[in-house]
Amino acid sequence: MSLNIIVLAKQVPDTRNVGKDAMKEDGTINRAALPAIFNPEDLNALEQALRLKDANPGSTVTILTMGLPRAAEVIREAIYRGADSGIVLTDRALGGADTLATSYSLAQAVKKIGNYDIILGGRQAIDGDTAQVGPQIAEKLGLPQVTYAEEIIEAGNGSIVIRRRLEHGVETVKAPLPCVVTVNGSAAECRPRNARRVMKYKYAASTSEQAGVSEVAEKRLAASPELNIAEWGAAYVEADPEQIGLAGSPTKVKAIENVVFTAKESRRLDNDDAQIEELVKELIANHTIG
Amino acid sequence: MQPIQSYTTEAMAEKNNLIVYCEYDEGRIADVSLELLTKGRVLADRLGVKLEAVVLGDKLEGIEKQIFPYGADTVYKIEDKRLFPYTSNPHAGALIKLFREIEPQICLMGATCIGRDLGPRVSSCLHSGLTADCTALEIGDHKDAKTGKEYKDLLYQIRPAFGGNIVATIVNPECRPQMATVREGVMKKEVYNADHKGQVVDLKASDYVEDADFVVEIIDRHIEKSKVNIKNSPIIVAGGYGVGSKENFQLLFDLADTLGAEVGASRAAVDAGYIEHERQIGQTGVTVRPKLYIACGISGQIQHIAGMQESSIIISINNDPNAPINAIADYVITGNMEDVVPKLIKYYKKNSK
Repeated sequence: MSLNIIVLAKQVPDTRNVGKDAMKEDGTINRAALPAIFNPEDLNALEQALRLKDANPGSTVTILTMGLPRAAEVIREAIYRGADSGIVLTDRALGGADTLATSYSLAQAVKKIGNYDIILGGRQAIDGDTAQVGPQIAEKLGLPQVTYAEEIIEAGNGSIVIRRRLEHGVETVKAPLPCVVTVNGSAAECRPRNARRVMKYKYAASTSEQAGVSEVAEKRLAASPELNIAEWGAAYVEADPEQIGLAGSPTKVKAIENVVFTAKESRRLDNDDAQIEELVKELIANHTIG
Repeated sequence: MQPIQSYTTEAMAEKNNLIVYCEYDEGRIADVSLELLTKGRVLADRLGVKLEAVVLGDKLEGIEKQIFPYGADTVYKIEDKRLFPYTSNPHAGALIKLFREIEPQICLMGATCIGRDLGPRVSSCLHSGLTADCTALEIGDHKDAKTGKEYKDLLYQIRPAFGGNIVATIVNPECRPQMATVREGVMKKEVYNADHKGQVVDLKASDYVEDADFVVEIIDRHIEKSKVNIKNSPIIVAGGYGVGSKENFQLLFDLADTLGAEVGASRAAVDAGYIEHERQIGQTGVTVRPKLYIACGISGQIQHIAGMQESSIIISINNDPNAPINAIADYVITGNMEDVVPKLIKYYKKNSK
C-alpha cells in the first residue's frame, strides 16, 4: 500500500555547540556565530519516513518547513537523502510565532497539501526543546498522535504500529491513520546523502533562491520542474491573520536574561598524590563521604 | 478549523483557581505532581484562590489521601478502566471539557512523557499559552510594551532558552488557562499539612470521555522501575564529554561504587552516546542537590550548571584549568580524569577504615 507522508522539519541554530563567541559582549546571542542545521530529531523522523517509503513502493515523502526563505536548505538536504519534494512556508506575517501560532500555521499548510496518511516530525527542536508543535498540530487537525516514537514497526491498511520510548520503558501502540507521529533521538539515525540524488537535485531552489542563480542553474531549473521548491505564504494556506505570527501567539516574552552564576572561591589542586589524599581525608573528616 | 475558544479572566471571577494535573501510575501519584502541588499551594495563596487537582485513572479509590497533604482544596476524579495506562485523546478530551466548566486560570503539569504529550493538545484546543520545562514559577504584573495595557497577577513562566544560554520569562496575558510544565525534581516536594482535607469531586467518566477517544490501542507495555536514582543520591559522580568514551565512564562507576554514589552525566556525554539518557543532569535532564558533586571532564555549559549548582560541595576534575564549571566549584583538580579518579579511589580506600 502506498502512503503519502509529510515530514515536518525545522532549520535551527546549533545550540548544542555554543562556543565562546556565541554570546555578544552585551549578553545577547550572536546568531551569526551559530550554524543553521537540520534539527536533529527531524532527521530521525525523515529516516522513519524513508523506511516506510522503501517498504511501500509508490509512497511519497514531502518535507514541510516553516521559517526564513533559506530554510529551503533543509528541503534540499532531505531530498538528497531520499525525500521527493518540499514546501517552505515562509512569510513575514508568520514571524515571532510561539508554538501555538506555529502549529496553527503548519496545520493550515498540511490541510493545503491535503492528501496525507502520516505526518512525521522530530519530538522537539533543539532551539526551544518544547516538544509542543507535534501534539498541537494533531489537535488542530483532529488527528490522534503518537509521541516519543522510536520505530515504526508497520503501517498500512488504515493503521500504524509504533514502538515508543518512554522515561522508564517501552510501549507498543497501534493507531489509526491518518495520524501524527513525533520521533525520538533514540530512533535510527538518518541515512546519508545519496550521491546520485545530490547530482540530480543540486540545483533545486525555492522561488526566492531562484532570483540570483547562475545561468547554468537557470537553464536546469527551466528544464526540470521537479527542481522547483515550492514557497507558500500565509495567505496561500488560508491562515487567519489573527492566529499567526506574534499576534496569534498567546505567550509573550516578558524578559530575557543572560544566565549568570555566582562564582565561588575555589581551592585549586594539582594532579598530585599528596594533595588528593589530603582532600579525601578532609572530605572523610567532615562526613561528606564515608 | 478550531475556533478560538479561550476564555478571559473577567468572565470567571468565581472559578479561576489553580489546577494541577496529577499523574497516576498503579495506585501512586507521581512525585512530580506532588512537587507541583507544593508549588501550586504557594502560588494559589499568593493569588487568593483555591488549589485544585485532577486525576484520571482506573482505580482511584482513596487516591485523594495522597493529594490532600500537599494542600489541595479540591480533587476532581475521573475513573474509567480505559484511562490507565495513559493515552492522549481521552485524557486531553476530559481535561478540555473540565477546563471549559471550571475555567482554571493556571494549569500545571509535569514535564514528563505524559505531561509533554497532553499539555500541548489541551492548549491547542483551548487556544491557551503553554510554556514547557519551566525552572521557576512566580506571580507578578505585566505591562504590554505595545498597547500599554496592564495585567495584574500573571503567572511568570521562567525557563531556559537557546540551549540554556538565556533565561526567558514568559507570560500569557490574554488566554486562559496559563499552562506550564515543570520537570521532576525542579520544584521541592513538601507536605503542606498531613491532616489537610479538601473536597472530593467524583466526575462521571461517561460525561467526560467518549468511546471514540480511545483510538490508540496499547498492544504491549514494559515499564521498569528506574534503577537509576540520581535525584535522591547524596553523592553524584558525573561525567562529561571530556570523559572521552563509554569505556572511560567505567572509571566513574568504580568511583561511585567506592563512595556509594550514583553516576550522572552532562548532555554532551549523553549525546555522544557514552551513557544513557536517564542519567542526564541539567535543564533537559534531572535537577539534583546532592551533598557532594564530583564533575569529571565537564566543561560546564549553562544548561548543566543550572541542574547541579545547588550541590553543597562541588569538585571539578578537568584538564582545562579555565573550564567554566571551575568557577562554581569548591575544589578544582587540574588533571586528566583518567589519572585523578583512580587516585580518589585509592586514597578513599586507604583512609576510610
